[in-house]
Amino acid sequence: MFDNFPLWPQRASSMAGNVDALFIFLLIVSGLMTLLIFTAIIYFAARYRYRKGVPAEQIEGSIPLELSWSLIPLGVFMVIFAWGAVVYFKGRTPPRDSTEVYVVAKQWMWKLEHAEGQREINELHVPVGRDVKLIMTSQDVIHSFFVPAFRMKQDVLPGRYTVAWFHATKPGTYHLFCAEYCGTQHSGMIGSIVVMEPAQYEAWMSGGTGGPLSATGEKIFAELGCVTCHRSDTQGRGPNLQGVFGKPVQLEDGRMLTADENYVRESILDPGAKVVKGFKPVMPTFQGLVSEEQLNALVAYVKSQSQPGAGVAKANAAVTAPEGAPGKGNQVQ
Amino acid sequence: MSDSQAAVPHHDGLHNPALLHHFATEEQQRDSASFGMWIFLATEVMFFGGLFCAYLIYRRWYFGDFAAASKSINAALGATNTAVLICSSLTVVLAIWAAQTARRGLMILMLVLTMLFGVAFLGIKGIEYKDKFEEHHVPGVSFSFDHQQIPGHPDQYANPQHAQIFFALYFIMTGLHALHMVVGLGIFTWLLWMAWKGRFTPHYHTPLEIGGLYWHFVDIVWIYLFPLLYLIDRHP
Amino acid sequence: MATATVPSVERENYLNKHYGVESWLLTTDHKRIALLYLISITFFFFIGGFFALLIRLELLTPASDLVQADTYNKLFTMHGQVMVFFFLIPSIPAVLGNFLIPLMIGAKDLAFPRVNLLSWYLYIIGGIMMVHCMLTGGVDTGWTFYTPFSTAFSNTKVIEAGLAIFVAGFSSILTGLNFVVTIHRMRAPGLTWSRLPLFVWAHYATSIIQILGTPVVAITLVLVVAERSLHLGIFDPKLGGDPLLFQHLFWFYSHPAVYIMILPSMGVVTEIIACFSRKRIFGYSFVALSSIAIAVFGFLVWAHHMFVAGISVYAALIFSLLSYSVAVPSAVKVFNWTATLYKGSIRYDAPMLYAFGFLGLFTMGGLTGLFLAALGVDVHVTDTYFVIAHFHYIMVGGALMGYLGGMHFWWPKISGKLYPEGWARLAALIVFIGFNLTFFPQFILGYLGMPRRYADYSHMPEFQILNVFSTAGSTVLGVGYLLPMIYFLWSMRYGKPAPDNPWNAAGLEWKTPSPPTTYNFEEEPVVTWEAYNYDEIDKGHKEEVHVVG
Repeated sequence: MFDNFPLWPQRASSMAGNVDALFIFLLIVSGLMTLLIFTAIIYFAARYRYRKGVPAEQIEGSIPLELSWSLIPLGVFMVIFAWGAVVYFKGRTPPRDSTEVYVVAKQWMWKLEHAEGQREINELHVPVGRDVKLIMTSQDVIHSFFVPAFRMKQDVLPGRYTVAWFHATKPGTYHLFCAEYCGTQHSGMIGSIVVMEPAQYEAWMSGGTGGPLSATGEKIFAELGCVTCHRSDTQGRGPNLQGVFGKPVQLEDGRMLTADENYVRESILDPGAKVVKGFKPVMPTFQGLVSEEQLNALVAYVKSQSQPGAGVAKANAAVTAPEGAPGKGNQVQ
Repeated sequence: MSDSQAAVPHHDGLHNPALLHHFATEEQQRDSASFGMWIFLATEVMFFGGLFCAYLIYRRWYFGDFAAASKSINAALGATNTAVLICSSLTVVLAIWAAQTARRGLMILMLVLTMLFGVAFLGIKGIEYKDKFEEHHVPGVSFSFDHQQIPGHPDQYANPQHAQIFFALYFIMTGLHALHMVVGLGIFTWLLWMAWKGRFTPHYHTPLEIGGLYWHFVDIVWIYLFPLLYLIDRHP
Repeated sequence: MATATVPSVERENYLNKHYGVESWLLTTDHKRIALLYLISITFFFFIGGFFALLIRLELLTPASDLVQADTYNKLFTMHGQVMVFFFLIPSIPAVLGNFLIPLMIGAKDLAFPRVNLLSWYLYIIGGIMMVHCMLTGGVDTGWTFYTPFSTAFSNTKVIEAGLAIFVAGFSSILTGLNFVVTIHRMRAPGLTWSRLPLFVWAHYATSIIQILGTPVVAITLVLVVAERSLHLGIFDPKLGGDPLLFQHLFWFYSHPAVYIMILPSMGVVTEIIACFSRKRIFGYSFVALSSIAIAVFGFLVWAHHMFVAGISVYAALIFSLLSYSVAVPSAVKVFNWTATLYKGSIRYDAPMLYAFGFLGLFTMGGLTGLFLAALGVDVHVTDTYFVIAHFHYIMVGGALMGYLGGMHFWWPKISGKLYPEGWARLAALIVFIGFNLTFFPQFILGYLGMPRRYADYSHMPEFQILNVFSTAGSTVLGVGYLLPMIYFLWSMRYGKPAPDNPWNAAGLEWKTPSPPTTYNFEEEPVVTWEAYNYDEIDKGHKEEVHVVG
């Protein structure tokens, strides 16, 4: 019976236990508070019900009581707050050497692209026991990537990247929902996350594609002529992109920022917005000229240029696994 | 307007005809009316506040584009309008003073002057809008802001999309302000009529006071709009 | 219900002083305007309720078989917009507040009677625009109007719905303005702030939110309308705009708006609990100030609706912390109400049953708010049925229970007639049971991960059983809401005439005749007693017999 009438969601990621623990703590705290209040109300209501000739006893109030029922709950709330914040930070901070998947949401489907090049629609295959980082953007309205079994949710916005991550712990197939209302077929924007044993995953990955995403990006980089200015020496009209990603950049107006996915994206679409110090704002915009998928490939390529020993050839292999991380062995191409 | 019931006199002959039935004293009525206007102005502050908030965020994001767009607005006309509005605030105060000191003629003159300043403001605003329309700076399908240099960066052009956000805010903010001016002119027409009829005395001129409060508020909004919209990154 | 001598000859009162449509549509009497509101919000309540019932029926089965997805989307959108902007926000303030505040403070009317009438007309104009919008195709953006969907993608009547709410918003602003000025300037001699009924305090706090919050959503809707018609780019990332800015501006009003709905209800419940336990409210000043605290802190927590929307983790941290600060004054209120019962002399008349219902449902709604304010848990449960259940416990369980309790409590004063007590108790029970049956399963559904606003869950059949419970409950709840309307209408014609003070309650409103005369008080009352002086009242009425049960 409980197959069709579950009372607790599946637990299939490293975050699920953390969220459930806090949730259970909250259930206990609020259960106790409910019990306390309801018992008091029911007891008082019965014990002090109207009796002829027994007048109510007037009580003005009590400062110590007021203070204790403000401060004690406040203390409990602060514990919940701190605990919640810790869980949230963990869930918002992707580990460094995660496998990367680019997600493009549109009305009403999920397009997923592995850094290794596999493309999927409404279905994401991931290996068990590995950190997976999602770099997500939307082609139209706001969507939200929600996997209940992973206790993970992140809105997907048009015009920028949002990031989420998970670490699947149990093989199986799990629901993927769009959780932000996105139009007529919102409830049809669903899919599944297939968590596989590493060996199976290898087999699935070797199904063949057109090569890693960064290689696609490199091709686009050449086709669009980016390479004429962004040369691999210091003579180009644009900055040399080797080793730029993930590093601090000084802008022409003196500001400093870190070159992350959103910065690379903005620099392609709105090059004049944040020009690197020492360069002129001569780059034309590529807004409308590149699709979200091509943008993702370009970002992946720029990223690959910052992997250790980033030669063009090596970069492809190193996209997902810098510094000999365990992921490296999985690059079966 | 919250002062509207003060307009209708009750001729029961027992007390001041302007005192409404539900107030105990004239003082209570006057306090309520002006307090009501202050509360209404608090609402107005929040109403414009939402716009100022949007403005400040985009100005920070797209400073250069905003500066370029701002430069295309006629600051001389804006400055003239600022002066016009400050003068109108002065005439409002003088009208109230005239009412307090029972100078009916002066009060009427000052009210007429206030309205003339108001009309002048809207006229100048109209010229500005016409210029913007001819330059295709009105957001929408025919909007165009190509090859406009960003002040201080001779080799850099403003992004037309970002400039469009500036002009959208410019038109919404100044447009709402102008709408408030039109409402103000309506109120002052009515005040003028009341003054003409001799309703205001040194003892009773609450509508004039709270109408003036409204007018001053609309002026103050402009005092903020002018530098924020017209004077971004301008240097002599 | 208590009995007292009832005058046999009908006195002149606000209901029978004038007759004719004009005497109602052009009235400036706050009591008549309150009745105009009562009729109009009841109309919208049943429209919104009808939509809710259709939503629940559609969700009875996983597939979208009763209505298509696009219709379903319009149903939940208009259910939200109608219930929030055209029922809950005006409900208690515009009906009970309008009727009672001048009576409670010993004034002849609100400070600006014509503005009060203007508020109603604005509400009606907004309402007509909303109905027109529904009849000509409706709107499907969700009541939240999120951009860029609302500005660039939806092809429904977004502009019309936005303008309808814009107009209705000014009705709400003017009501709040009127209340603040009235409470400040029109109190009877001797009625100091510390002697005010807590109902008035609650409405004062509500009015602050209406005055300072509503204009922000008004300007936000102006921007949405402008953006949608002219493609300005303010909220559209394709044109350089920021969709999150919309969410910030929207929630800056729409979170405090929750307190516009719940604070007046808290005020009602405070009056009822004091009366039916024959006691001074425990910790009067804490209950009063907690209303103000809720209004003030309520403005500082809006971004807790956006923890997964893409705001920075540090912003999320601050808004989570501040959200707990607003939970404290709510908890203080619940504890004070409970403590008021202690050593009281408690009777279980229908208003008190509603107040008990309020306490139970509000406590559960409030406590589940702690779950949502906890960052780590919110990530999982936001945008699921957990949120739906939580805010219905507050806004329907809390606000609507309070509204119904207040309607029963003051019905004798409003109509001059007694409602049938037995039916009223039955209705209170049905509402309470129906409510829990409808919404409790949704907490579980939410934690299981069922997203809100899903027309179709045929790929998730495991959600069906809980949805069946919920739909079953909603029909019970529907009956519970129909009953009071029927017997209130019945009582207007067949009910026994009400005495001036059927509950022997404290408060100036009970010193007027039932129904009151047009100007409320023949002479300006002078207040020499504290609020809730039930000890003095009961000393004076020792000889009276209360019929219980």
